[in-house]
Amino acid sequence: MPSLKDLRGRINSVKSTQKITKAMKMVAASKLRRAQDAAESARPYAEKMEKVLSGLGAAVAGQAGAPTLLAGTGKSDVELVIVATSERGLCGGFNVNIVKAARAHIDRLIAEGKTVKIHCVGRKGEIILRRYYPELIAGSTDLSAVKWVGFSDAQAIAADVLADFERGDFDVATLFYSRFQSALTQIPTRQQLIPAPITAAANDDDLGDDLGGAVYDYEPSEEDILEDLLPRNVAVQIYRGLLENAASEQGARMTAMDNATRNAGDRIKDLTLVYNRTRQAYITKELIEIISGAEAL
Amino acid sequence: MSTLHYEIVSPERLLADAEAAMVVVPGTDGDFAVLADHAPFMSTMRPGVIAIHGDSDSTANERLFVKGGLAQVSPSGLTILAEEAMALDSVDADDLAQNIANALEDLARASDDIEAGRIEAELEWMVALQDVV
Repeated sequence: MPSLKDLRGRINSVKSTQKITKAMKMVAASKLRRAQDAAESARPYAEKMEKVLSGLGAAVAGQAGAPTLLAGTGKSDVELVIVATSERGLCGGFNVNIVKAARAHIDRLIAEGKTVKIHCVGRKGEIILRRYYPELIAGSTDLSAVKWVGFSDAQAIAADVLADFERGDFDVATLFYSRFQSALTQIPTRQQLIPAPITAAANDDDLGDDLGGAVYDYEPSEEDILEDLLPRNVAVQIYRGLLENAASEQGARMTAMDNATRNAGDRIKDLTLVYNRTRQAYITKELIEIISGAEAL
Repeated sequence: MSTLHYEIVSPERLLADAEAAMVVVPGTDGDFAVLADHAPFMSTMRPGVIAIHGDSDSTANERLFVKGGLAQVSPSGLTILAEEAMALDSVDADDLAQNIANALEDLARASDDIEAGRIEAELEWMVALQDVV
């Protein structure tokens, strides 16, 4: 049986762990709020961009000589997979889930005989991916010095990606990140960046008041505007992914730390029970010793 | 007189959402002024200054520098998707000169055309900004 002193020590250590996890949970909660605000304020730009692009893209897509960022290079032999994860751990299954989704996709591509290149954003995902595909990692971006992702960070990544695309290093680019749904659920998501997917869904009637209803004058031509917008769109999409990721990370951390705090509470309860039982047992034992000693006299 | 509703949006946030009498936008093919009930129009922007004229008086009450982007005039107003916008008086001329010198140095060392092209694009807006400051 452990001594009373041992038990006291254990209870104290669990208690200080609980204090830490509780503090981390609260920090994550306040960071989550900020990350959500950032994601929210980035929305108008992304939405407008999407509207304009889908309007223009639908008109140009079918034509010959459409920009390669929109129409693709005509093949899909080499795919660049950008995996965005967090810089720090202790956030439950957040990183593992993203990497799992990315791995399923990568393995499928490899099975199809395609070449895969991986670009990692965030240290945590890179560590895992390096273990599985050490020879496929083409590049990585370290954001550990960045406290809150800004558009310039996304732009830097996009500039790298676009430069590689222009050099003809890959044909298709996809981005993996975690979409924020609530503090409890984050959904690992795959998004195609290049060629830009022009969705029919974005082309629905609510476009009517914005583009479809009026005949627009374009200056310079529609193609030129599209040419200008598409690279920018890549940066915007990456930025959106990073923001979603930041919010998801804090959400996942909050949930994980909440669980840890609750777990620690249970442990403390159990240990206190054992402690009290042991203490009583010691007292009883001592009493018996005294009584039987007195009786023997 | 009816006013023009305008919005300036950067990727990070909504910068402005207000009414004005007239907004002058630096389009790629030349500046253009937008008044209320302008015909639907779309243009890319070059690095330059957006001047916002609040009331009918002739001087601009707000001047913003944009790195480039897209201006869209729709029946509901003017929407500017600006890559980056800054108030003119917040620009430090010395810093800017230093940045331009750095970029020129990078350009001389650029390893290939694609990288050089990227730096040239950076230079373009910095020089444009220097011109107005």
